[in-house]
Amino acid sequence: MIVREWLFLTIAACDAAEPWQLGFQDAATPMMQGIIDLHHDIFFFLILILVFVLRILVRALWHFHYQKNPIPQRIVHGTTIEILRTIFPSIIPMFIAIPSFALLYSMDEVVVDPAITIKAIGHQWYRTYEYSDYNSSDEQSLTFDSYTIPEDDLELGQSRLLEVDNRVVVPAKTHLRIIVTSADVLHSWAVPSSGVKCDAVPGRLNQISISVQREGVYYGQCSEICGTNHAFTRAPGNIGRLLSPLWLSRTTRGATHPRSKLLQRAAGAVGSQGARQ
Amino acid sequence: MADEIELKTAPADFRFPTTNQTRHCFTRYIEFHRCLAAKGEESNECERFAKFYRSLCPGEWIEKWNEQRENGTFPGPL
Repeated sequence: MIVREWLFLTIAACDAAEPWQLGFQDAATPMMQGIIDLHHDIFFFLILILVFVLRILVRALWHFHYQKNPIPQRIVHGTTIEILRTIFPSIIPMFIAIPSFALLYSMDEVVVDPAITIKAIGHQWYRTYEYSDYNSSDEQSLTFDSYTIPEDDLELGQSRLLEVDNRVVVPAKTHLRIIVTSADVLHSWAVPSSGVKCDAVPGRLNQISISVQREGVYYGQCSEICGTNHAFTRAPGNIGRLLSPLWLSRTTRGATHPRSKLLQRAAGAVGSQGARQ
Repeated sequence: MADEIELKTAPADFRFPTTNQTRHCFTRYIEFHRCLAAKGEESNECERFAKFYRSLCPGEWIEKWNEQRENGTFPGPL
């Protein structure tokens, strides 16, 4: 639906910040695709207005030359044009508002019950992820911390300040509910590819619903100033490895922590399920 | 590769339609303990509520509330 059409021109999807990047990262969720489409809609009107205004401006400057136009006109009124230049610019925002509100309200709509809940808890200066859907008691959540890999420990090919030691592993094409909160100060959990940015407020649980449509490793960063190492906190840590079949198949084979084996392997930095994609 | 695994979690509750799910988590926790009080500790019917609050609430909050309940200082209508 969303991304496959354009990806045949690319070798790999842009799911992390690129140097000198001008546009968005490639969409991985319908929400992000909606945001990109809205951006295109608005940009169209933006260019129309820009060209029009520039043309008028340049034309006025060009003709306002003492040799070409020794006697300038002194017009101060013009009812028709005043009416037109009031009505016309008020119609343009209506064209912009229609797709904008449509997207805004559809982003909030949770149509389907989520299939899995993941808690992302922000700390200074790392993330903790909890998967608690299959607990049989109050302890036993699958929980792990996610720290950014320092530059000295990076392997060849890894992104600086984007890689983490334990990634969040999440199934693709599944409705996820991500509960974002914080254990100390304000943080924000953002994954640009998925069109997600949610503040992590201590004492409050913020819910985001997404459904990632393609597999891959997605990167994000902390988006709310949270202290000295704010710039070095990776927000989702990578939402890595959206592996639908693997998730379903291997996650509940016996054992007290059935998910831990797969997740710990898949969530490991590089090379867990083959090369980093 | 697998037996089809069913992914299940706390369903979207129409009482809490907005982004802020703090009350949702708290309400599920209280519902579970009220259910236990009403039906007895051994009943399996309350397990449903238990799954819901475990999915939604961070582990630290659950621990804190469990302690508060033991101390008798839990600030909720149990």
